[in-house]
Amino acid sequence: MKKITFTSVLSQLLLLFFVVAWIVPTFGLFISSLRDKDVLAISGWWTSFTTTEINEIYRTEGKDAQIKEGNYYFIKSNLFDGGQEKEIFRFGVTSKNIDEYKVGETALFKDQTEITVFENGDYVWKSKEEFKKKKGKRIFVSAKSPPSFTLDNYKEVLLKEGLGQAFLNTLAVALPATLIPLIICSYFAYALTWMKFYGRDILLATIIASLVVPLQMCLIPVLTIYNDFGALFGVSAKSFPGIWMAHTGFGLASTTFLLWNFLKTLPSEMIEAARVDGATHYDTFIKIVVPLSIPSFASIFILQFLWVWNDLLVGLVFLDKHPSEIILTAKLKELLGSRGENWEILTTGAFVSMTVPLFIFFSLQRYFIRGLVAGSIKG
Amino acid sequence: MSIFSLAITVLIGVLFFVAFFHFSNFLLDYFRVKASKKLALENSIRVIIFIAPAFIVLFVFILYPVFETIRLSFYDKIGENFVGLYNYSWAINDPDFKRSIINNLGWLIVVPTMSTFFGLVIANLADRVWWGSIAKSIIFMPMAISFVGAGVIWKFMYDYRGPGDQQIGLLNAVAVALGFEPQAWLTIPIWNNLFLMAIMIWIQTGLALVIFSAALRSIPNETLDAARIDGASELKIFWSIIVPYLEQTILVIWTIITILVLKVFDIIYAMTNGQWQTEVLANLMYDWMFRGGGDSGRGSVLAFCILIGVTPILAWNLYRHKQDQKV
Repeated sequence: MKKITFTSVLSQLLLLFFVVAWIVPTFGLFISSLRDKDVLAISGWWTSFTTTEINEIYRTEGKDAQIKEGNYYFIKSNLFDGGQEKEIFRFGVTSKNIDEYKVGETALFKDQTEITVFENGDYVWKSKEEFKKKKGKRIFVSAKSPPSFTLDNYKEVLLKEGLGQAFLNTLAVALPATLIPLIICSYFAYALTWMKFYGRDILLATIIASLVVPLQMCLIPVLTIYNDFGALFGVSAKSFPGIWMAHTGFGLASTTFLLWNFLKTLPSEMIEAARVDGATHYDTFIKIVVPLSIPSFASIFILQFLWVWNDLLVGLVFLDKHPSEIILTAKLKELLGSRGENWEILTTGAFVSMTVPLFIFFSLQRYFIRGLVAGSIKG
Repeated sequence: MSIFSLAITVLIGVLFFVAFFHFSNFLLDYFRVKASKKLALENSIRVIIFIAPAFIVLFVFILYPVFETIRLSFYDKIGENFVGLYNYSWAINDPDFKRSIINNLGWLIVVPTMSTFFGLVIANLADRVWWGSIAKSIIFMPMAISFVGAGVIWKFMYDYRGPGDQQIGLLNAVAVALGFEPQAWLTIPIWNNLFLMAIMIWIQTGLALVIFSAALRSIPNETLDAARIDGASELKIFWSIIVPYLEQTILVIWTIITILVLKVFDIIYAMTNGQWQTEVLANLMYDWMFRGGGDSGRGSVLAFCILIGVTPILAWNLYRHKQDQKV
């Protein structure tokens, strides 16, 4: 048995502190995305686990709902539209005094009509004369609201705000923008590792230099090429194939470098034996190298896929902001500008954009980490 | 576009490249049988098939643009008339540019240092407790999230309501609970930069953490045990054995995060768009790419400044590569 020492307790506490500090922001976002939007706007997400007191305004029904019993006219109904698990404990009939009465007490309106509101939202409104107004009166209530969560925000964001389409667009950008570099770079890396040709070392050095070249250095000329190309052939300069190739270009150096790093660890005897037996480089590549490289393909696929999925800059420059092309990150940024105070939309939208990365993260973490570590040891 | 047409486009795009390699190699094999023994020619054609697509992409998207951007930095806003150093002298006198340089320097000092430090400390702590791998997973998780997503998460943390209102941003709720005035964190010049950097540190600590965790395993246990038997405290072991042992790894992580920080764009663009003195080079560059119809001269100067920033790392990487090749 290990003994419990002061240091070990201290390290546990310190680590716990870090873990809590790191998880809380994301957790808060997730919880908020599940909350009712009206509650979300007026109370912190940390209050959502306990019963909270909220002040709300409802309106009674108008003259159409009245019934006559004896000498009096009544409107009997429920303030809540139904299904709400709130518990009213005080109410009021003027904005000056919103919690004047306890539930069950009878309040008097200026026009001498009387209203009684009950805990579950039922009310009885009584008048000597016939109700004339079509519109009801405002009732102020203080209610206890038990913890409640809803998926309404997700429905709203996916269907009405266009994030569903943006999600599909992102997928249509990310899959080819990951697979295409993987295909062409695997041949490239094979050539750099196992084929002898003039200029190989210079090419390799170029790749290593390109690894750190900032994206910003390439944007203006590439955009110019696209515009010229678009004008020449009468097509749009901003298109899915365009952004696939842009991502392929910007991810080419790192993909090639990672693959090259892996391929050179394969035993050269094996490759040479195959060559001596008369296999062409193509056969060697397809039948020997590819099957052996599946795990490293997986790592590189994940890295590049996440990179593309999470990218904003390339998406902004090479795709239209039109709903049929916009990607999730650009859409989210747009919402930050236009719906800056609608936290139910922002939190839910952010979480939708995170679903795929988080799924990959939790299911394929091993490959993700392996790729990162491989890339960093010599990056 | 509908799901169906999107899927078709994607499929065609990917299959095009698969087909290219397959058919070009197939054709080569087919003609080889006929032309018999011209091995040298066959090999050089095969080399071309293997490297041409990647090389063309590399040339069009990286090599040519780098030199073109440098050229454009000496030309006017539409890239037609030579203006000499005009764009550079504009940059030096531009207050936004000065602000960006100062901010970028701040980012460069704070973010790599803090991420590396936190990563190292957490990797060490996590090694000692049974729930270490869960802790690592949680701290690593932000690495999977986009910068914009992280931006939303933290904008929510920093949310500000007037002093009388119920705060819904956690940071202000804590501030109010402790008896302080709530603050609009992102609008306080100088300090707001730190709040933006915190986001990057929050993300990049995970990277440092996993790489350190892998490296920590390479420290021989005997060394650590020997130090413990000699009565060295854990803190002493950390500073005198672990840190020197991981020197190379620390350097590598430092450079990775440095490169990333030089290019930082998404966070600034999404959170403040350079307002309240938070401007950085990458955001200013994006701004000039499109502001007033776009100014490719000024945009190029700004991009070139970022390239100059990474040049030492570029040179160092090439140097190390050369050393490796010799062995």
